[in-house]
Amino acid sequence: MRYAIPLVIFLVIAAFLASRLRGGYDPHRIPSALINKPAPEFQLQELRNPTQTFSPKQMRGKVWLLNVWGSWCVACREEHPFLMELSKSGGIPLYGLDWKDKREDALAVLEEMGDPYVLNVSDFDGRVAIDYGITGAPETYLIDQNGIIRYKEVGQLTPDIMAQKILPMVKDLNK
Amino acid sequence: MKRLGLLLIIVSFLPCVALAKEAKPLSNDPELEKRVMALSEQLRCLVCQNETLAGSQADLAEDLRGLIREQMKAGKSDKEIIAFLTARYGKFILYKPPVDPTTYLLWFGPFILLLAGLLFLFRYLKQRRDLITEQPLSADERRRAEALLKTAQGNKTA
Repeated sequence: MRYAIPLVIFLVIAAFLASRLRGGYDPHRIPSALINKPAPEFQLQELRNPTQTFSPKQMRGKVWLLNVWGSWCVACREEHPFLMELSKSGGIPLYGLDWKDKREDALAVLEEMGDPYVLNVSDFDGRVAIDYGITGAPETYLIDQNGIIRYKEVGQLTPDIMAQKILPMVKDLNK
Repeated sequence: MKRLGLLLIIVSFLPCVALAKEAKPLSNDPELEKRVMALSEQLRCLVCQNETLAGSQADLAEDLRGLIREQMKAGKSDKEIIAFLTARYGKFILYKPPVDPTTYLLWFGPFILLLAGLLFLFRYLKQRRDLITEQPLSADERRRAEALLKTAQGNKTA
């Protein structure tokens, strides 16, 4: 009995610390303030074709992914092969937001590693990224037919996240 | 030899010099700059999360400070700018957490712990006091005690 209380306190603290150290807890996963809110509007130049602009309005009626990346971002390179796979599977249209980048650099990456995007927009001063509450790359948004943000993945998209989280939501939305 | 050592030391410091970035041009209105810094002291850098927006050198922090500067120039109040940022980044961007239901535990938890500790302490002290039962001295013990007290007094006067 004498030792029971300190032991219980110790175990509670240990369990709490263990839960934070393991289980993939990442303090950079800040819950987005934009879930179930309209995706912020913008009008940005297309990366490949700067005379054209793109705006999320054009995507009304479709469920789509907006992936934030940059040629400077190492994790995006790691994510890239999976995005290639994803675009080949044709399950969902993937659009890119090239964040704080240089046009030549971004085009070079797409040349070298392939281009999984339907199209990319250039957010070179990062203003649109701020509207979307982006804190780092890569980040990916799932946006529904009415332009509402349904999900945000901070960090790389993986086959697991796609299969377990995003695709079921897409299925629901397409019902 | 000595010179070579000195040279090595100097050379070893060179990369640090090269790494130092030139300061970004700020607005030339010191009053505005003061306001920008004061507000960014209250906001969190979302990249290096234990730093304020004012202290951070991260690219995003620089962008956000630029945005704050712009909005202040456009005549926005601090409150409006904070509302703008929390709408995008959530309450996490506030370096000082607001008092609301999600942060009650954070704000009041320590006081609850203090109260619990005091309760525990008082209960423990009371229990311990109850264990002590005063035994009256027997006649023999009393005589011995008196004798000891007398010799002690005698020693003092001597």
